[in-house]
Amino acid sequence: MFGYLTGFDRDFFDQFERMRREMDEMFGDRGSPLGIRSVAAGTYPAINVGASPKRVDVYVFATGMDSKSLDISLQQNLLTVSGERKIELPEGAQPYRRERFNGSFKRVITLPEDVDPERVDAAYRDGVLHISVQRKEELQPRKIEVK
Amino acid sequence: MTDTKSMKTTESGQLQSQAERETALRPAVDIYEDSAGITVKADLPGVSRDRLDVQVDGNTLTIEGQAAIDMPEGMEALYADVNATRFRRSFTLSNELEANKISAEINNGELTLRLPKRAEVQPRKIEITGS
Repeated sequence: MFGYLTGFDRDFFDQFERMRREMDEMFGDRGSPLGIRSVAAGTYPAINVGASPKRVDVYVFATGMDSKSLDISLQQNLLTVSGERKIELPEGAQPYRRERFNGSFKRVITLPEDVDPERVDAAYRDGVLHISVQRKEELQPRKIEVK
Repeated sequence: MTDTKSMKTTESGQLQSQAERETALRPAVDIYEDSAGITVKADLPGVSRDRLDVQVDGNTLTIEGQAAIDMPEGMEALYADVNATRFRRSFTLSNELEANKISAEINNGELTLRLPKRAEVQPRKIEITGS
């Protein structure tokens, strides 16, 4: 009966994750230096950044948003994504778990220096904001023919 | 976006190895109860309707989803908060909930599950007669 929906979370891996986080906090500074704009693990929204020769792709995992409430700006190679997520509980409801992020957020990410701030595309689908920034052509690797 | 490809299709999702299954992410959930039932809301970014699987087996409710993210070929990760594309989380139901009447809806990666209570266990307000 302890496994009920309303019961405590006794997931072993949760305990493991907590331990890992504590270790990170303790020893984190002694490892490789952190990015100056880096954030703690679990910060909302989660972001992935990928680079390919022609462009840089940023994926912002922000579910249940209205695309109009997402704000994206790119200044040189500094990308800022902000927005607000409001989660309202129906009146009189009894909450058991409230793990999802509620409130306003802002994340700043440093992109590679050769991105072109004039050529940015953004699309929001299935709760993922995909921002695609083209890289400047003059900096792309060129294959040199040997005559 | 002609140079993009879907990273994983549903077919390959079903062929996932055991190792990949174990790296499933636990989606964040909100759970609340009102007089009519329990509502579960889960964040499943990148999961569309056809890649979502909600199952009730006995009294275990399992939410599973596979995120589909468009990635250009030859992409290298520069930074990653999310390192798996599969979501999975289970809950044990209690018997006052009607498992066969659970409804699910996904909108912008936000899953809403309604778990209605049996009519006989819904609280009734008892009218007091007399003065």
